Amino acid sequence: MSFFTIVARDVRLAMRGGGGAFLALAFFAMTVTLVPLAVGPDLKILSAICVGLLWVAASLASLLSLDRLFQADFDDGSLDLLALGPVSLETLAFAKIAAHWLTTGLPLTLLAPAMALLLNLPARGYVALICALAIGTPAISALGAVGASLTLAIRRGGLILPLIVMPLLAPVLIFGSGAVRSAIDGLANGGFFFLAAFSLAAVLLSPFAAAAGLRLNLGT
Amino acid sequence: MSAFFAMGGYAAYIWPAYGISLLGLAGAIALTMRAYGRAKALLADLEREGPA
Amino acid sequence: MTGQSRWASLFAFANPARFMAFSGRILPWIAGAAALLFGVGLYLALFVVPPERQQGDTVRIMFLHVPAAWTAMMGYALMAFASLMGLVNRHPLADVAAREAAPLGALFTALALITGSLWGKPMWGTYWVWDARLTSFLLLLFLYLGYIALWNAIDDEVRAARAAAILALVGAVNLPIIKFSVEWWNTLHQGESIFRADGPTIAPIFLWPLGIMALAYTLLFFSLWIVRIRTAILRRTVRARLATAEMR
Repeated sequence: MSFFTIVARDVRLAMRGGGGAFLALAFFAMTVTLVPLAVGPDLKILSAICVGLLWVAASLASLLSLDRLFQADFDDGSLDLLALGPVSLETLAFAKIAAHWLTTGLPLTLLAPAMALLLNLPARGYVALICALAIGTPAISALGAVGASLTLAIRRGGLILPLIVMPLLAPVLIFGSGAVRSAIDGLANGGFFFLAAFSLAAVLLSPFAAAAGLRLNLGT
Repeated sequence: MSAFFAMGGYAAYIWPAYGISLLGLAGAIALTMRAYGRAKALLADLEREGPA
Repeated sequence: MTGQSRWASLFAFANPARFMAFSGRILPWIAGAAALLFGVGLYLALFVVPPERQQGDTVRIMFLHVPAAWTAMMGYALMAFASLMGLVNRHPLADVAAREAAPLGALFTALALITGSLWGKPMWGTYWVWDARLTSFLLLLFLYLGYIALWNAIDDEVRAARAAAILALVGAVNLPIIKFSVEWWNTLHQGESIFRADGPTIAPIFLWPLGIMALAYTLLFFSLWIVRIRTAILRRTVRARLATAEMR
């Protein structure tokens, strides 16, 4: 059981059971579709809000699949077994975060340009959008994993995971959105720098918090 | 006197701000003391009923 | 073990019985001081302080808003510190302290938002603007609410305490980043900060009442916090009594 085995296993499981990436992508696309229905088809307005909307939709789509991150392994007891295994809980958490990103964040990043097309994103924003999402979505998976580990044993789970994770995502949305906007406006504002710094810190530190969360739920 | 209450025309903002703040704080005090009193009474009842 | 005894002597009142005794002695003083400071502070804020040059009488709201905001942030810091103590030392009292601080912190955050909104309306024309200050406090409110929700959602008290503690610490680490990101976000859209009266140079006539009210709010927080912890300890004793009674 190595880091890569866990990642591969989780990616395979996500692909097989319940469509993994497909659901997140469908939710993302549906959300992006609903907003113009609610806001009106004025392309000027849509192009003004599209960066933020794409970020919010991507965040929500990522959050939705998070409660399953550890749940399946927790329920059938394999989490306890993995905890006894050769990899540390921190490595396990990191592997799960990586797998989650590969099956959620990455596909969302790849679909985003198509959605941006629907929202009339200015041409200068496309490359920036892909880069920003690629850098920022790992942080969403990472911070989401912390929330998932803390809410593991909660039966009537539901919305508590998004509730506790969303405030923590504020910097990702702020920097991520700001970064794309800086590319569109042609002004340098440090958005990419701060986004990358935050994302790196989140990805490196979250496994420790998530492992702590897993530890307190083991043996249930 | 009425000049004081008018607060230079900003009465509509100042008095609600003070009102809500003091109400909120007073409410917190009341709820806290009530919960404390209840717990204390409950414990006193249990102790009266007999030693543990 | 030596580490534990060092902490134990530092927090001599960490033992529930000793906390009850200690807090019972200091509480009247803290509460009394809070009441006195409130009286003086409110009198100064409403009757003595002159209208400010730019804001007029609305500056009086500052004496409610800034102390509430300060207490809200202090509350979270205390909650995070207590959480850390609970995780590191497994002091059951630390967990209780963290849990009881949260609703108070949320209340003061809400008061800060409401008073901030009322303070801003005469100046900005709207009841809400997405400036750095108000936005940060809105996010702080959600951090508090999430923490409270997590405590309520987990049935096992020990597990709930530790999960909430981890969340509080993750939030505490994130808070400065959130504040920074919100301020950065705000400067993208507006050049200057909204609140000028509490800038680096406040005239003494405003500073003293502000300090008094800030201290009053802080002491009130501590008073309420102590009473809540005492209540929690009493409740625990009740449950223990009921449990032993049932066994017979």
